[in-house]
Amino acid sequence: MNASLAIFFVLAAVAVAAAVSLILQRHPIHSALSLIVVMVALAGLYLLMGAEFVAAVQIIVYGGAVMVLFVFVIMLLNAGEEEHTSFSKLAGYAGIPMAVAVAGLIAAAITRSTLPPAQDPTALTSTRSLSMLLFQDFVYPFELTSFLILVAILGAIVLAQREGN
Amino acid sequence: MHPILDYLWIIPLLPLVGSAINGIFGWNWSKNTINAVALGSTGLSFLCAIEAVREFREYFAQYHQPFTKHFVDWIVAYQDLTIGFDLQIDHLTVVMLLVVTGVGFLIHIYSTGYMAHEEGYFRFFAYMNLFMFFMLLLVLSANYVVLFVGWEGVGLCSYLLVGFYYLKHSAAQAGKKAFIVNRIGDFGFMLGMFLLFRTFHSLDFHTVFEAASQPNVAHEGLGQFGILTAACLLLFVGATGKSAQIPLYVWLPDAMEGPTPVSALIHAATMVTAGVYVVARSHVLFLHSETAMFVVAIVGCATAFFAATIGLVQSDIKKVLAYSTVSQLGYMFLGCGVGAFGAGIFHLMTHAFFKALLFLSAGSVIHAMGGEQDMWQMGGLASKIKVTFWCMLFGTIAIAGFFPFAAFFSKDAILFAAFNSQPDGKALYAVGLFAAILTSFYMFRLVWLTFFGKSRYDEHHVHVHESPKNMTVPLMILAFLALTGGWFAFPALFGGKDYFTDFLSPVFGSREIAGGEALHSLELTLSGVAMVAATLGLIVAWRMYAKDVKRGPEKGLHKLLYNKYYVDEIYQGAIVGPLVWISRNILWKAVDEGTIDGAVNGIGYGVREIGDGVRHAQSGNTRSYAVWVLVGAVVVFGIIFWPIIHPALFGGIR
Amino acid sequence: MVPTSYYLILSAILFGLGMIAFVFKRNIITIFMAIELMLNAVNLAFVAFSKAFGKSDGEVFVLFVIVVAAAEAAVGLGIIILTARNRRSLNVERVDLLKL
Repeated sequence: MNASLAIFFVLAAVAVAAAVSLILQRHPIHSALSLIVVMVALAGLYLLMGAEFVAAVQIIVYGGAVMVLFVFVIMLLNAGEEEHTSFSKLAGYAGIPMAVAVAGLIAAAITRSTLPPAQDPTALTSTRSLSMLLFQDFVYPFELTSFLILVAILGAIVLAQREGN
Repeated sequence: MHPILDYLWIIPLLPLVGSAINGIFGWNWSKNTINAVALGSTGLSFLCAIEAVREFREYFAQYHQPFTKHFVDWIVAYQDLTIGFDLQIDHLTVVMLLVVTGVGFLIHIYSTGYMAHEEGYFRFFAYMNLFMFFMLLLVLSANYVVLFVGWEGVGLCSYLLVGFYYLKHSAAQAGKKAFIVNRIGDFGFMLGMFLLFRTFHSLDFHTVFEAASQPNVAHEGLGQFGILTAACLLLFVGATGKSAQIPLYVWLPDAMEGPTPVSALIHAATMVTAGVYVVARSHVLFLHSETAMFVVAIVGCATAFFAATIGLVQSDIKKVLAYSTVSQLGYMFLGCGVGAFGAGIFHLMTHAFFKALLFLSAGSVIHAMGGEQDMWQMGGLASKIKVTFWCMLFGTIAIAGFFPFAAFFSKDAILFAAFNSQPDGKALYAVGLFAAILTSFYMFRLVWLTFFGKSRYDEHHVHVHESPKNMTVPLMILAFLALTGGWFAFPALFGGKDYFTDFLSPVFGSREIAGGEALHSLELTLSGVAMVAATLGLIVAWRMYAKDVKRGPEKGLHKLLYNKYYVDEIYQGAIVGPLVWISRNILWKAVDEGTIDGAVNGIGYGVREIGDGVRHAQSGNTRSYAVWVLVGAVVVFGIIFWPIIHPALFGGIR
Repeated sequence: MVPTSYYLILSAILFGLGMIAFVFKRNIITIFMAIELMLNAVNLAFVAFSKAFGKSDGEVFVLFVIVVAAAEAAVGLGIIILTARNRRSLNVERVDLLKL
């Protein structure tokens, strides 16, 4: 058990606990906060792997923008605790088995496959190499995503307009 | 050299062309044009037939074998099935050819008078010519298949002509009955053909008969019966249908619904003789099978007797003649069954003459009486329609078998052959003789009732008039033939040659009567006995019917005979009724509506039910949709990861 | 040295948890958050593979995933706001106009 393994287990435990908390909480704001914890834990895991840029982007964009948006919306809509309705029988009975099945399938696949050996923690991904890839090999998807964002902005504006404006 | 023989197909083709022309264009034409086409084609065919006969005699004198010509390959299939459109002439064909074309031509002439006032005049002649085509094809064919084409074709024309007055319900029913009962016989005929083909791998007469004469053929398969017996019996089933023997005779009396010339041509002279022709043509096969010969003889004899008993008490003039035809056909089969094929064909020829004469005379009587057919409504006509009366009388004397009219020779030849045959010749002879007495009785009954005694009809309503020349001239020609037709065998009475049997001997083999004098005097004795029998019938009928006679109610045996032994009702109850019931309830309701429609409708119903069940997946409930998304994801993951997971599945979980 | 498979199993567990939340929660916003959780789990897997093979393509893809997730969150929340205004409830089971 060396240091990386220990840190991994701690961060993993935090992430899983937060995810379980997301499920178990009744108020959506608590769920949102749990999700933020998950994201931070994941950012820590990225750092552990040596992907600094991704970790930073995760915190800034995901944690700082997306989750803040979620929290705003929850506050805006004055979401209260969840009602306890249950119209869908299917969801109740089939849900957990399905999810377990998926996770199990993936886990089984992982354990049975041969993966390359663990990475070298000292190999950091330089931002420079990322940007080389991004702007040379993946420039086309990059431009498309800018379009995507533009469309999203437009969509959000249109949706948020009040009637008769 | 022999132009006609090389183009032998011209003989059947001419009536076919006449039929087509009349059928397509005749609806608009005058009677004279239609007559010209119809009579012209038939007459030309007759002339060509005479010429063909002359050429054949030359050919035979040179080559001593039947003339066969292969015209066209019709069916060429598989390994060994080659059926050609082949025609042949031998001596038997000569007899049939002349009878068919000659008597056919006379009847056509007669029809121009009889049908003059009928609707659909052109249609009648189109059908008649079509019939001539098929019948000529039948007699000229050189293999069983072309014969069968003709066989079926004459059945078709019989249906068309019997149901000529198609607006009359009973006529339409009679046409259907004729065709359907014939069809049952045809099924047997086809099975016989299949059996012959399977055994001999050919259906040409020449090949089959040659192969059948080999010693090792007849006893394979089917245990003691042998293939040939089976084939012959099956062919005979077809013959019972076409030639109205027991048990398939029931259509012929009903077929009297057709116009009288139709009855004369088809149901007296030509079509019904096709069965006898087939048996005679296949004599090589029949001679190898004693069982089949015995069956033919028994059926023929029984039918001769049975039909004669029914004819005793009928009141419709045409029905009497119909049952008489059935009975005389029985005689022909009796002749063939005891081995006297020549005698059977001889009787076929003389029967064509006198039965056509009788039917046409009856038609003349009906024409004179304005359409009345019930003999009890006639009487005392002798002085009024003299020509018809004398022709009818000639025909009756002929059929009763008086010397020197035609049937004396032919019927006696048959009875003599029956007497000498083994094993039960005497019994067959006795029944045949009794049937001859009955024949004489009911035929003279017909004459006395129709022509003698007091008139039983109302003179004011019915104007009895003699028929026109185009009807009486053929009658007179046929009367002459009925008198002289048997004279081919005249010299045999005095120990000389029987020219007719001699003529046919290249086909049937000569039947030298061994034991010379003793048998000859036996033959004369039997002929004398037959004459006495015929006279007996005449006298009894005279005493009962010639003077004033009243018609009593039918009782007991009389009733049984009058109702034809209720055979039609028995068939209806035992066969037709159950078949219709099965068709209606099982095949229609259960199979067609229930199973087939049910399956097809069931598919639609099933689809609808499935849809009705599946639609609940669209519940409008978002969370269940979410679950379905999950299910889809599981399936996709499974498919992708399965190759990785499963090889190690049995290796336990690590 | 943390073996790659550990990261992948963690990713699988997080994904499964996300799916459970997706099915069981009734609040629309919470369901949406479960989707984000699943996306994060996938991101983790991508980075793990990227590091395992030594190429940076996986990390670039993570960037794209984050961008798309952000865009999707924006539009999705806009839709949620509208729906919530219309149905006056954030319970997903109340959005059942398609029900027969």
